[in-house]
Amino acid sequence: MMFAAATVAIIAAMVLALVRAFAGPSLYDRILAGNSFGTKTVLLIGLMGFLTGRPDFLDIALLYALINFASTIAILRFFSYRRSREEAS
Amino acid sequence: MSDFETVFSPIVFLDLALLTMLFLVAIAMLRSRHLFGVVMLSGIYSLLSAAFFVSLDAVDVAFTEAAVGAGISTVLMLSGMLLTVRREKPKTPGRAPVAMLAVLATGAALIYATIDMPAFGDPNAPANSAIGQQYVERTASEIPMPNIVTAVLASYRGFDTMGETMVIFTAGVAVMLLLGVGSARGGRRVSDIDAKETSDEGKGE
Repeated sequence: MMFAAATVAIIAAMVLALVRAFAGPSLYDRILAGNSFGTKTVLLIGLMGFLTGRPDFLDIALLYALINFASTIAILRFFSYRRSREEAS
Repeated sequence: MSDFETVFSPIVFLDLALLTMLFLVAIAMLRSRHLFGVVMLSGIYSLLSAAFFVSLDAVDVAFTEAAVGAGISTVLMLSGMLLTVRREKPKTPGRAPVAMLAVLATGAALIYATIDMPAFGDPNAPANSAIGQQYVERTASEIPMPNIVTAVLASYRGFDTMGETMVIFTAGVAVMLLLGVGSARGGRRVSDIDAKETSDEGKGE
């Protein structure tokens, strides 16, 4: 029951992050929405494992967290690269 | 048809929520003209479909989707976007009744085809009963590999997997050539840089 309540809460948080990604006026709103959506996915996959009684999926959730972290860094590096090149020219 | 009944479980609500969010993200991607927002939304779309694949027990597919969809292709699309403008040109709302009709007919045919599909997890489905059962029974004795999916991918259909790897390698080389990875001017003509930065930077973000 507790896991079900947590899942509902995570889905509500996902919807809120989606609203920010749809509306988000600035670039960083969208990056942050994408990143926090990735975190919610990690939590949701972990909860799904416990809901179905197979918590082995927890390893996969951890790997997702790693991918999410790396891709956010990669996205942000594109913009820092662009800015430093503009300042140099 | 089989007499297998799908068990109704609370996971169905989770699937419904995930699919609804997928639908909303797809609509938002179609309507947005802000290319960076579309790239971020496509990353979110991949994460959502990965979560949906996990709920369908296709964990390996889900992992590929998360790594390729949310990780690599987001970065590839961003680096492609940096070579062009950041906004799609506003288009007059086109009237394309033939295209709309074709899309609706294809969608209706696909939905009609799903009626004949076996239920999720049906033990009598062709995928579970015919040759799939053979793989499950014989992998342990034929190939010393604890994971059946790995045994099928790397041994039973090893040549197919090798061809797939070659296709992906070729695609990767082509994308790197297009984006000009590693070259000093980053894949564009030198004269493009000035024209783009004066026209693009004025709008700002």
